[in-house]
Amino acid sequence: MSDTIVLLPDQSTARIPKRNYLTQENGLLSWLLTRDHKRIGILYLISISFFFLLGGSLAGLIRLELLTPQSDLLATDTYNKVFTMHGVIMIFFFLVPSVPATLGNFFLPLMIGAKDLALPKMNLASWYMYMAGGLLALWAMITGGVDTGWTFTTPLSTHFVNTNVITTGLAIFISGFSSIFTGLNFIVTIHKMRAPGMTWFRLPLFVWSNYAASVLMVLGTPVLGITLILVVLERTVGIGIFDPTKGGDPLLFQHLFWFYSHPAVYIMILPGMGVISEVISTFSRKRVFGYTAVAFSSVAIAVFGFFVWAHHMFIMGISNYAVLVFSLLTMLVAVPSAIKIFNWALTLYKGSITFETPMIYAFGFMGLFTIGGMTGVFLGTSGTDIHLTETYFIVAHFHFVMVGGMLMAFLAGLHFWWPKMTGRMYPEKVSQFAAVVTFIGFNLTFFPQFILGTLGMPRRYASYPPEFQVLNVFSTAGATILGVGYLLPVLYLTWSLKYGAIAGDNPWQATGLEWQTQSPPLTENFTQIPIMDHEAYDYEWLERQKEKEVASVG
Amino acid sequence: MSDSTVIAHDGLEAGHHEHSPHLHHQFESVEQQADAGNFAMWLFLLTEVMFFGGLFTVYMIYRNWYYPAFVAASHQLSVKLGGINSVLLITSSLTMTLGVWSAQLRRKGSLIFFLMLTFLLGVVFLGIKGVEYKEKFEKHHFPGANYSLQSFVNPASDPVAVAAGDKPLPLDIAQRTEVYFSLYFAMTGMHALHMIVGMGILLFMIFRARSDAYTTGHTAFVEYFGLYWHFVDIIWIFLFPLLYLINRH
Repeated sequence: MSDTIVLLPDQSTARIPKRNYLTQENGLLSWLLTRDHKRIGILYLISISFFFLLGGSLAGLIRLELLTPQSDLLATDTYNKVFTMHGVIMIFFFLVPSVPATLGNFFLPLMIGAKDLALPKMNLASWYMYMAGGLLALWAMITGGVDTGWTFTTPLSTHFVNTNVITTGLAIFISGFSSIFTGLNFIVTIHKMRAPGMTWFRLPLFVWSNYAASVLMVLGTPVLGITLILVVLERTVGIGIFDPTKGGDPLLFQHLFWFYSHPAVYIMILPGMGVISEVISTFSRKRVFGYTAVAFSSVAIAVFGFFVWAHHMFIMGISNYAVLVFSLLTMLVAVPSAIKIFNWALTLYKGSITFETPMIYAFGFMGLFTIGGMTGVFLGTSGTDIHLTETYFIVAHFHFVMVGGMLMAFLAGLHFWWPKMTGRMYPEKVSQFAAVVTFIGFNLTFFPQFILGTLGMPRRYASYPPEFQVLNVFSTAGATILGVGYLLPVLYLTWSLKYGAIAGDNPWQATGLEWQTQSPPLTENFTQIPIMDHEAYDYEWLERQKEKEVASVG
Repeated sequence: MSDSTVIAHDGLEAGHHEHSPHLHHQFESVEQQADAGNFAMWLFLLTEVMFFGGLFTVYMIYRNWYYPAFVAASHQLSVKLGGINSVLLITSSLTMTLGVWSAQLRRKGSLIFFLMLTFLLGVVFLGIKGVEYKEKFEKHHFPGANYSLQSFVNPASDPVAVAAGDKPLPLDIAQRTEVYFSLYFAMTGMHALHMIVGMGILLFMIFRARSDAYTTGHTAFVEYFGLYWHFVDIIWIFLFPLLYLINRH
C-alpha cells in the first residue's frame, strides 16, 4: 500500500488550461453579473469566509472575557451583544449557506452532469439577497448591536430590550430568501437536469444530502420569515400575537421559531455529511458501504427533523405529554445519524486508507460529530435536559456538532475540491498540520465546557464563580490554538492560488463526474453532456478508464 | 458495477442544434426548460404555503382559545364588502386565465386587455380593502396603543355590534379581540402585500406584452404568473370564511 494516492501531472510540462471558468471573462462586472454557478460559488466562498472571520473574532472576544471570573474586558451588556452577534453571524451568515451555497453551488451541476443550475438568475439573486442581509446585519451591529441572543426569545425581544432587533430581524428575513432560492434551485436541478444515465441511485451522496437539506430550506425558512415579521410588527405597530398582556402567547413564538431553527441545524449538518461521504469513499478507495441506507438516512433526517422542535423548550412550560413525545421523537433522529456514522466506519473497513488533508478533517468530523450527537441524546432525555439545558453543556454540544462536525466537514470539502476549483494544490504537509492543530484546539476549547456545564455554569453570562476559572482558562487557551488552526488554511490556500503545484484533472483519482473534466472546469462544465453508465464510487470503472488511456497513449 | 464493460463516454452527438431563441443555455431542450420552470414555480408556491401556513397555525390556536372574542370581533367586519371582494378576486383569476389563453393563442390585443382587466380588478379589491381598513382605524380597532374595547364591552354604543346582536363581553375576554385584529391585519396585510407585488408584475407584463414578448410562442412567464395569481386568490378564499364568517352560518 502506498501512503498516498495523489497523482499530479509532471510539473515541468503541466499547465492550467487556458480556457476555463476563471479566464472566460475578466473584470469585476463579469463576476458581479455572472450566472455561472461556479463563479457564484466562489463569490459565496469569499463572502462567507469574511463572515466566518468576523464571527470568529467575536468568539475570540467572548473567550477572552471568560478568561477571568469577573466581567472586566467587556461590560455585561456589551458581552450580551457580542455573543448575540456571534450567534447570528455564524448561524445565518456562515453555517446555513456554508456548504450548499459554496461547494454545493460549484459542484452539484458538475456532479450530475449538467451545464448549470436550472435557474442561474435566481442563483445570482440568492447571492445578492445574502449580501443585502449580511450588510444589514453588519449595519445593525455597528449602530448598536442586538442583545437578545440569536433566538430572539419573546417577550424579551419585543418588550424588554431597546437594541436593533428590527434591523437584525429584517436582515435574517432577507437572507432567508437566499436560502430559499438556493434550496429551490437545487431541488429543481436535481429533479430535472441530471445527465442521461444519472439515475437517483447513481447520484453521489453529496447530491442526496444537499437535496435533503434543500427540502428543509424550502419548507422551513418561510416559517422563520413570517415569525420574524410578526416580531417586527409587534415591536413597530404593537400587534399582540406574542404579547401576554394582550392575550398573546410568547411560547408560540418559540414553537414557530424552532419549527425552522431545529431543521436549520440539519440544513447546516446534512451537506457536511455529504462531503464526508465523498471524502471517506475517495481516500479508502471503496464504494460507500450501504449507499442506499446513507442516501435514505439523509431524507430520514430531513423528515424527522421537522418533528422534534419542542425539545428546545422542555423547561419552558410545555405539557409533560408534549415533553414525552418530543423526547421520543428526538431519540429517533439519532438513528439515521448513527446509520451514517456506522456506514462510514464500514466503508473504512478493509479499505486502502490514505491520510490526505481532507481525510484527516473527515476523521475529525467522525469523532467529534459522534460525541456531539451522543451528548444530544443526553439533552433529548427530558430528565437530564432539565439539569443541563441553559448551561455550558449545551454550548459544548452545539459546538461539537456545528464546529467539530460542520466546520470540519466544510474544511474537508474545501481541501478536497480546492484542486478542482483552482487547478492548484495546496502544500500538503502544512495543511495536514493545520487539520491536526484544528482538532487539538477544538477539543481543548470545547471539551472543558461539557464539564463546566455539568458543574452548572450557565451560558450567556459575562462573569462566573471563581471555582470555574481553571476550565475556562483551558477553554480560552484552546480557542487560541483553534484560531491558529483556522488562520492557516486562509494563508496557505491563498498562497496556493499562485504558487501551488498544478493539480491536473483528477489528483485524488476520484470517481465523481466533476473529476472527469478539466481543472478548473470550463464555463459550460463539459464539452459534451456526459452519459453516466456506471454506479457512483465505482473504482474499478476508474481503473479501466486509466488502462484505456495508457493503452491509447502507449 | 457488476457490468464489466461500462464506460462513461461523452454524449453521442452535440447535434440537434434546434436552438429555439427562448432556450436558455443550461437546458438541453425546450421541454426540459418548461418542465424545470413549472416545477420551480410550484415549489415556490409551496414556500408561500409554508409562509401563510405559519399565520394560519397561529390563527387556529388563538381561535380555539378565544372563540367568543373572535366571534364578537369578526362581527365588526362587513360580510358584504368581503363578499364583493371575493367575487372580484375570483373574477380576476378568470381574467388571468383568459390572459394565459390569449398568450397561448398569440392574440396580443386580447392578452393586453385581460391583463389590464386583472390589474383593474386588483385595484378595486385593494380599494375596498382600504375602505375596510379605514373604518377599523377610525373605530380604534387597529391593535396597538390606541386600541379601543368600546364595541365589545359596551356593544350598545356601536350600531354594527347592535345589528349583529352582540352581548357585552367581560373585560378579560373583550381584551382578546385585540389578538383577533392583530391576526386580521397581519393576514390580510400579507395577502394585500402579495397582491401589490403581483400587480407590479402585471404592469411589467402589460408593458412587455406590447412589444410581443409573450405572443410569439414563449408563454412561460405569463403561465407562471397565472399560477401565482391563483395562489393569492386561494389564500383569500381561505381568509374570507376564517375572518368574516366565524359564526354566521
